[in-house]
Amino acid sequence: MGVTDRFAASLLIFVFLLVASHAYAEEKITIAAAADLKFAMDEIVVLFRNTHPAVQIETVYGSSGNFSTQIRQGAPYDLYFSADIAYPRALKKEGWSASEVQTYGVGRIVLWSPSREASKMTLADLADPSIHKIAIANPQHAPYGKRAEEALRAAGVWEKVEPKLVYGENIAQTAQYVQSGNAQIGIIALSLALSPELAKQGSYALIPDKLHQPLEQGFIITRRAAANMLAHDFARFIATKDARVVMTRYGFALPGEVK
Amino acid sequence: MDSAFSAADLSAIWLTIKLATVATLILLLIGTPLAWWLARTRTWWKGAAGAVVALPIVLPPTVIGFYLLVAMGPHGPFGQLTQSLGLGLLPFTFAGLVIASVIYSLPFVVQPLQNAFEAIPEHALETAATLRASALDTFFSVALPLAKPGLLTASVLGFAHTVGEFGVVLMIGGNIPEQTRVASVQIYDHVEAMEYAQAHWLSAAMLVFSFAALLVLYTFNPAGKRK
Repeated sequence: MGVTDRFAASLLIFVFLLVASHAYAEEKITIAAAADLKFAMDEIVVLFRNTHPAVQIETVYGSSGNFSTQIRQGAPYDLYFSADIAYPRALKKEGWSASEVQTYGVGRIVLWSPSREASKMTLADLADPSIHKIAIANPQHAPYGKRAEEALRAAGVWEKVEPKLVYGENIAQTAQYVQSGNAQIGIIALSLALSPELAKQGSYALIPDKLHQPLEQGFIITRRAAANMLAHDFARFIATKDARVVMTRYGFALPGEVK
Repeated sequence: MDSAFSAADLSAIWLTIKLATVATLILLLIGTPLAWWLARTRTWWKGAAGAVVALPIVLPPTVIGFYLLVAMGPHGPFGQLTQSLGLGLLPFTFAGLVIASVIYSLPFVVQPLQNAFEAIPEHALETAATLRASALDTFFSVALPLAKPGLLTASVLGFAHTVGEFGVVLMIGGNIPEQTRVASVQIYDHVEAMEYAQAHWLSAAMLVFSFAALLVLYTFNPAGKRK
């Protein structure tokens, strides 16, 4: 047996092991979640593991619009948590969902800054000439960006503020533009402003929710996970008190729920 | 099909052309002496210098984007320099994208030029020297004309690679119309907003352009002709 033969043989064994290990990990779910859920979802997954110690849970965070496009193209996500309930509703209508669309929270937007006392600011203050760059999520496709634009328009400052806007690809990148100091202030998700990382670096002011359409957020079990028991378990877990406590702590209170 | 490109698409295409043109011109200005030096030098750290120039080929654009965002930000060394010079901060500006593009496309300009310079026979330069041509004169009237194919390759690749830039722009651009919203980012936004028809038009335009650029390169400049 030559060197190349031996190499080929070990490569084959390696590939076999890779495939085999994959096949045995049956109890597995992959969750695609909007970037604003990052911290809340990480905690919820930890709680869920307490009762399901042996299972494999992957979480992927990103833009809601991007995930919904990917699910239509057959992306391997078992649960999809969107920052805008319109995306899972559309997927449901097109037959991509194995569950009803369930609301898991109502998102809020805040003014957030590490360099200014944002807690005392209102949207009108954004017109201040000493503020050069304001970060919001891209209103073209990011739910938080759409609401930020609505609020700026409703507050009557859109025309003054628009030339200073920079657009994050999703709400996490928007927060990162502000965190790095490249924008002095931003309109981000309350859930991110409350995260341990950002809470110690800056301050925030809640933007009145009467200035924008509600940010109703929903999730579905995708069609490919219709028979995945673990996915259904996780969906049920989201409605339990344990999970709700985490959700409300990160500012995703449902109507009538106490924060 | 008058609705193939929206005004925003056309503005993104124009911005992309502008960015690639400015970046390519700067790259030729910086890259030519750099490539000449790399081709002629016998210093022991030539290998290290060549490796640094080649880094953007292997580095993920996210690494370049992340470091640039931090370095050009208010707490970064470069950001503090630009602020003290009264230039403000560079992320989210056209100038910032030009700098990023120059770094990102540097090897695509320097390497073809360096190869071309290295292929110039030593006796051609020696002959010029015996005719009492100055070093600068030798460079412009002997080396540069002989390296013409390399110059074409460098320009086309530098331009095309800047047009194809996406990850770095996404990280430091901030998606501002007429400033940093280039065609590749505009396509991404169309796809995310599920505007597939518009994404198709713009993508097809990029595909045709990229093919045309490479066709020019391979038709007029086959690799074998260089020597």
